[in-house]
Amino acid sequence: MSNQNRIYKGGRIDRDLAINFKFNGKEYIGYQGDTLASALLANDVHLIGRSFKYHRPRGILTSGSEEPNALVQLGLGARTEPNMRATEIEIYEGLEASSQNCWPSVNFDIGSINNFLSRVFPAGFYYKTFMWPPSLWLFYEHFIRKAAGLGVAPTVKNPDRYEQKFHYCDILVVGGGASGLMSALAAGRSGCDVLLIDEKPEPGGYLRNTSAKIDNLNSNDWTNEILKELESYDNVTILNRTAVMGYYDYNYLTALQKVTNHLPYLSDKMPRERYWRIRAKKVILAQGAFERPLVFSGNDRPGIMLASAARTYLNQFGVLPGKSVILFTNNDHAYGTAIDFANKGAKVTIVDNREDIPSELSDRCNKVKIKIYPSHSIINTHGYQKIKKVEIQKVDQDNNELTGSLREIECDLVLMSGGWNPSVQLFSQSRGKLEYHSKLNSFIPKDLIKNQKVVGCNNGNFNLLEVLKNSYQAGLDFATELGKSANKSLEIETAFEDLEFTEAKVEPYMIGKKKVTHGSKHFVDFQHDVTAADIFLAQREGYISVEHTKRYTTTGMGTDQGKTSNVNALALMSHIHNKPVDNIGHTTFRPPYSPQTIGAIAGRNVDHLFDPERKTAIHQWHVDNGAEFEDVGQWKRPHYFPQKNENIHDAVNRECRAVRNSLGILDASTLGKIDLQGPDVAKFLNLIYTNAWSKLEVGSCRYGLMCNEHGMVFDDGVTTRISENRYHMTTTTGGAARVMSWLEEFLQTEWLDMEVFCTSVTEQWTVLSISGPNSREFLSSLADVDISKEAFPFMKMKEGKVCGIDARIFRISFTGELSFEINVPSRYGLFVWNEFMKHGKKYDITPYGTESMHVLRAEKGFIIVGQDTDGSVTPKDINMDWIVSKKKEDFLGKRSFSRSDTRRIDRKQLVGLLVNDKKTVLPEGSYVVDEAKPRPPMDMIGHVSSSYYSPTCDHPIALSLIKNGLNRMGDVVKIPLMSGKVIDATITDSIFYDKEGARNNE
Amino acid sequence: MFVIKCPYCGERDQTEFSCHGEAHIARPENPETLTDEEWGEYLFIRSNKKGIHYERWTHDHGCRRWFNVMRDTVSDEILATYKMGEEKPKS
Ligand SMILES: [Zn+2]
Repeated sequence: MSNQNRIYKGGRIDRDLAINFKFNGKEYIGYQGDTLASALLANDVHLIGRSFKYHRPRGILTSGSEEPNALVQLGLGARTEPNMRATEIEIYEGLEASSQNCWPSVNFDIGSINNFLSRVFPAGFYYKTFMWPPSLWLFYEHFIRKAAGLGVAPTVKNPDRYEQKFHYCDILVVGGGASGLMSALAAGRSGCDVLLIDEKPEPGGYLRNTSAKIDNLNSNDWTNEILKELESYDNVTILNRTAVMGYYDYNYLTALQKVTNHLPYLSDKMPRERYWRIRAKKVILAQGAFERPLVFSGNDRPGIMLASAARTYLNQFGVLPGKSVILFTNNDHAYGTAIDFANKGAKVTIVDNREDIPSELSDRCNKVKIKIYPSHSIINTHGYQKIKKVEIQKVDQDNNELTGSLREIECDLVLMSGGWNPSVQLFSQSRGKLEYHSKLNSFIPKDLIKNQKVVGCNNGNFNLLEVLKNSYQAGLDFATELGKSANKSLEIETAFEDLEFTEAKVEPYMIGKKKVTHGSKHFVDFQHDVTAADIFLAQREGYISVEHTKRYTTTGMGTDQGKTSNVNALALMSHIHNKPVDNIGHTTFRPPYSPQTIGAIAGRNVDHLFDPERKTAIHQWHVDNGAEFEDVGQWKRPHYFPQKNENIHDAVNRECRAVRNSLGILDASTLGKIDLQGPDVAKFLNLIYTNAWSKLEVGSCRYGLMCNEHGMVFDDGVTTRISENRYHMTTTTGGAARVMSWLEEFLQTEWLDMEVFCTSVTEQWTVLSISGPNSREFLSSLADVDISKEAFPFMKMKEGKVCGIDARIFRISFTGELSFEINVPSRYGLFVWNEFMKHGKKYDITPYGTESMHVLRAEKGFIIVGQDTDGSVTPKDINMDWIVSKKKEDFLGKRSFSRSDTRRIDRKQLVGLLVNDKKTVLPEGSYVVDEAKPRPPMDMIGHVSSSYYSPTCDHPIALSLIKNGLNRMGDVVKIPLMSGKVIDATITDSIFYDKEGARNNE
Repeated sequence: MFVIKCPYCGERDQTEFSCHGEAHIARPENPETLTDEEWGEYLFIRSNKKGIHYERWTHDHGCRRWFNVMRDTVSDEILATYKMGEEKPKS
């Protein structure tokens, strides 16, 4: 029978629009407007999934985003999504969902054996396994990971599109229930830019499922009127199906809008979800409250749900989830649900743990034949896959004992209500402080942050008329602060809500048949299977702080962040320690408010848009000529240029030999370049670099090391004086931005009177580095300046035309070979490169990549900052004391060279390493030791920073930072490899080729 | 995430800025004359205030200027921003 629990009329569903969907492979029919939960309940499906730890059958507890139990796997294949709350999923034609956390099926689940082994899985079980021998943990981890966990993540890439939107508004109203609508209305009427966000498919909240009357309109119709007015304002934006996830400083909030999730088809035009980043001048929180479950024995069976949720299924979805109904309550308000159910033909029994039931209530219950058991408690429940029967007994409140005779009542639905908890999660995220409200017995907002208000139930006010008026006033007040005002006041005269919520005690737990401390199943946190007994145990074992209890028992640590469980857990702790709840404190709520897709946070920043890519003017040539690329920061640099069947080693050996024997060409455009101008540049460089700059002539280049104030090397490069007051600085590729900021920092914060202007020109110049014995002969035919040995010595710069293009030619070298760096404006870069390739054929001009560049420079012992240095290395440590001026009074880092630590003689120093077997290329990062032991720990004396096979030397070479290395030339050290093999190597000088530097001066 | 009023550009989102720690720590005039302890004080010792804190920020993705911020580290409220070289506002 289909839709057997559906009532004939009423609710916000469209009975003319039937929708087919599948749950656990079985076909069902629901209606337009249903959630998966309401449609399943309509078809009398209560068993939705299995619980996390004990694999107990679980059903539907709530009707909203706070749902801890009814989590399902939604969709198939690449679009499958785990842990989706059935209470929030709107059904659509063809929807497929399934239970999770069970195998082989939800009806028969092997993992449920945990239920009977619960004494073996107490609170803190996970932590306790850590304390056993570590080898055992590996065994348990395997088992735990298989048995636990919720749904399954998709194994293939999600094909959907996610968008992001930045939004600025005057007033953001979070929550579209009675209070939120009123605040938005006042702000909207005042002409403020209003953003109203509601997580449901349509605003209205509680007004959609109650029998309240506002000025003679039923609450549903009244809500529609208000919405109509709001929608008529251009300055009001309403977002449905949107949840505010994070609330950060200065009213910065993030929200997730589900754009097409509820549609049966995929749209090319619309994203699946949209992530909003909102900055609001004012924020009004109007999120309402969550009903509090009661903690009684066996309170987790399918068919046990919150009273308010049941009322929603009845009034909003036209579903009567049960016909023999028990309501277990401690407050008046829940009676409204009981009466609604009785009016729809259900047989209702009320179990109320209070002694005195107001006569008004009992009279009304009598009229609809509801039997009430005052001073009674449900002490046990029965029914494995769905509730069948409860046991109730009278409670002697004074002595907290069961008294009188035990009674059994058959039923197919149990409703519970333990009062209401204002939804303070977002408020708490915003750093608002909470206080304990003694009538509600829950936390409400206390100290608001700036430009924020909390209204309605969210603020602990449950009186409908007051809520409407105060919330409207809140909107008006904010509008006034923004210099706007409404010309309309709120016209509401009466708002009548049958049985308003006023107060409720908080019950730590309901006395049960079994003692609560002895493995009873009084569930506090449904999602994480935390029972009252677990909380008792945590206290006994000394986890008394609320933060410790939370982590030890994992209560409130599920994907619902304990929306239904936190206050009950605190009440239980308060009971155990006999302290008021306010003294127990509460844990901190953190974003996101609800689970959210990572895809939405990533938005369009995926694949090639994940990080910006920087490409040189020559990039396309590199691509066309088969370069393998390497990422250097955001730059795409050719790593090597393989020919035919070459592997990286073949290619690099060939490229290096070309440079040493004839002519190589490197695209060095990524080098950081900074244009420095002003009368004080020389003075400035004297402070920035370790060496002296005052005497550098126009047209000359100088290599410099930069240190930070700690005396540690942080960048290097060549700087050239272009004209009297103009210098061209180069930096490492990765350090360009850092150096630029470093220069600006000192110019703007320390030496404000210096006239120096820095401009990044990295992208303005293409740099072609030609290197090799034939480079001069080659270039002389293309340049219109005299580049002969006599006219153009090492470390000079000339301006002239190269291939007819204005160029700066630098006579500098990073390979040790005769080299020129030709800088041309980037727009001519590719042209000049092509000309070079054409005219260089004669010399077999060979493009080389970063790998060959590294090998060539290592053969010469040239460092790479960031590879051979790591932020803890001074110029002296890398044997570059020659570049540190002894005459300059001051420069950045100088004073630190004489600190006790930098003076130490056993500091790590840069040396060469030659493996004794002449063939092993040491892995970079390898540890260097004097004495190798069979296993760690070993005393480390240093590490290998650069290591390559050198085609020029025809054996491996390495650079290494070794303690006192400069005084240990010729010593043999040991390098233990991951494989267990130990390699012997000899400490040598760090220059492996052309020590006297003759080739450079050819 | 803060909204920071750059003294040159006006109010902008925090993502445009970066923070560079405590402000008003002048680089010593003659580092060479300092003892190791005095130099160490300049290099390493910061006040780590609970309450009113003066710190340096840059408007990286804007005017690239450095300026100072007076912030309450408890509430994260920014009480003032002012240009380099200007007197620090009284708390
Ligand atoms: Zn600025």
